[in-house]
Amino acid sequence: MNTLNPSIKSNQYQFYGLVTLRFLIGWHFLYEGIAKLLNPYWSSAAYLLDSKWIFSGIAKSIVSNPTLLTISDYLNMWGLTLVGISLVFGLFSRYGALVGMGLIMMYYLFAPPLVGLEYGKPNEGSYIVVNKNLIEACALWVLYVFPTSQYIGIDRFMNNETKN
Amino acid sequence: MANKKNKTNLERRDLLKGLAGVPVAGFFLLNLWQKIRRDKIKKSNLLSDLVQEKKAPSVVKSVSNSRQLNIGIIGYGGRGGHLVRGAGFATTAWTDKASENARKNKLDKQFETFMTQEDLNCSLVGVSDLFDVRADQGIDASKNETRPGGKPAVTAKKYPRYQDMLANDEIDAVIIATPDHWHAKIVIDAAKAGKHVYVEKGLTRTFDEAVDIYDVVKETGITFQLGHQNRQVEANEKAKQIYRQGLLGPVNLVEIATNRNSPWGAWVWNIHPKGNAKTIDWETFQEPSPNKIPFGEEALKRFFRWRCWFDYGTGLSGDLLSHDFDAINQIMDIGIPKYASSTGGVYFYKDGRDVPDTWNATFEYPDHKDGGLTLLYSATLSSANPRGNRIMGHDATMQMGGQSGGGSIHGFAVTADEYSTQYKERLNNGMINPSYPIMTYSPGSKDIDGVTSATSKYFANKGLLYTYRDGKRVDPTHLHVKDWLDSIRNGTQPRCNVDVAYHEAVACAMATESYLTGRRVEYDAKNRKLI
Repeated sequence: MNTLNPSIKSNQYQFYGLVTLRFLIGWHFLYEGIAKLLNPYWSSAAYLLDSKWIFSGIAKSIVSNPTLLTISDYLNMWGLTLVGISLVFGLFSRYGALVGMGLIMMYYLFAPPLVGLEYGKPNEGSYIVVNKNLIEACALWVLYVFPTSQYIGIDRFMNNETKN
Repeated sequence: MANKKNKTNLERRDLLKGLAGVPVAGFFLLNLWQKIRRDKIKKSNLLSDLVQEKKAPSVVKSVSNSRQLNIGIIGYGGRGGHLVRGAGFATTAWTDKASENARKNKLDKQFETFMTQEDLNCSLVGVSDLFDVRADQGIDASKNETRPGGKPAVTAKKYPRYQDMLANDEIDAVIIATPDHWHAKIVIDAAKAGKHVYVEKGLTRTFDEAVDIYDVVKETGITFQLGHQNRQVEANEKAKQIYRQGLLGPVNLVEIATNRNSPWGAWVWNIHPKGNAKTIDWETFQEPSPNKIPFGEEALKRFFRWRCWFDYGTGLSGDLLSHDFDAINQIMDIGIPKYASSTGGVYFYKDGRDVPDTWNATFEYPDHKDGGLTLLYSATLSSANPRGNRIMGHDATMQMGGQSGGGSIHGFAVTADEYSTQYKERLNNGMINPSYPIMTYSPGSKDIDGVTSATSKYFANKGLLYTYRDGKRVDPTHLHVKDWLDSIRNGTQPRCNVDVAYHEAVACAMATESYLTGRRVEYDAKNRKLI
């Protein structure tokens, strides 16, 4: 499970398709994280306040408690940035993909586009049940089960078996 | 040899594959650097000085505890109760309910805001109200131990006649929150008795009363504050800086608006079940009003909904226009208009009231420094469409309040005009996009909380409920009372002193006069008369 099926590794199209996906998602995470780090006014409060469905109560508790809100802000800013670095550089990428998937699933679950739920912030597209968060989380799952960083990435230096 | 070469090739390939992320990261950093640089240029081009100055000028600190002051309240109704809370005294019913609300809804910070208010080192020693129930509530507030600063030193005394309270030498200052028709008489009596005065808006029911108040405050030298708590609102101070720096360009039109759509918002308030001939001193209540009626059902209605009749107030004019007028006067120093005209009618609330529920007023300033200025006030009590207030400059427009949604509560947005002269070059080279604000100001964005009812949201949009000091939420009413008490101790002028109070009172009186007479009203500044 922690290594790639040799048939995929030997198929250049399949393999580099996965590597490209890792770079793109890494890039996206990295900028989402850095943009938040650079903005002194950014807070997860606005997103959390607009939360609907089963986690809206937890979201409210976080917003109403300054300590929890600060923790949530830091977890988001640094979580996104570190996952981004992990995926771009191929450093502990399997864990990066797992953490990234967790983060994105949280975003999805705090505000899922289910029928009957309406949000204050308008969407940039049209979604019902499935949105880009869910798709990105799924893509990260793919990266987790088809790891590429042992071949392309810093993880390569830590795993002698995969050198070829 | 060939083996060695092979090994080197393998190592190089290893290295390249291991570091394949580096060029991706490099490309990322290049883009990031460009983006940061572009954003920086955009900001420094226009508003760097404003963006850097994050803190609003704070009110004078550390003097609140220097001298203990004894205050009295005349008129302990809804607003009087809020003002006294601002001084640090709330009824047990209020603190019980607020703490329960906070328990039920973690986003409700009303209780926390009250309890973390600064202790102003004053005692509530006298309460006067013509309705016994309210007077008793005031007494209850004076001894409630749930307050910033702990157990109060004294319990207030009830004064059925405010004149007896003014005769008490131990009282330093009075807060007047009676209906408007009583303001002038009480302010004048208080000033002559040497008491400092905080009086609610609208200052007076008539123009002549405003002149009388102005004169008596100047003659006696008391510390006078009019109840426009917007003077403490951080967003207004920011807006003032922006206007003063000329970022809006010449301004010839300002629009201000009231948009309410609920019986509460239209002053259809509950008639207290305990209100009757025994508990209400109706004859004293109607003493200064031009028309008098015997006590009965109609009188009860008028007692609890006095804002609906010109006998006791001026409706939209003194109650709501006064707030927005004063906010614009705070930001732009517009002073008293030369002309005012207004029209409107009772179009929705056919409940016997005589003040209009739909009303528009225009104020002309032909001598304004930008070449001339029109201030347009538009009010409706049958639509809550959040129009907000707009300062419309040749170069940019500032939209304040009225914007729904998180982040913009009592903030504002400045948007460049596509035909601006000042920003022409930047508009042409794409540094400024007229479709998006060049600056938005949303205080407390790190500490958002739930503002639930339509009316409280309306007030929050206007910045009348909460403001922020160093990111901490505070009630501007508290800051306004504090400003007044600090000024008494320091011998300085509070933010809404009698000079600016007079501007507001005259402007509102002109508009009211125009509505009642159906003609344009002119202010003769030399003789202090309405023509």
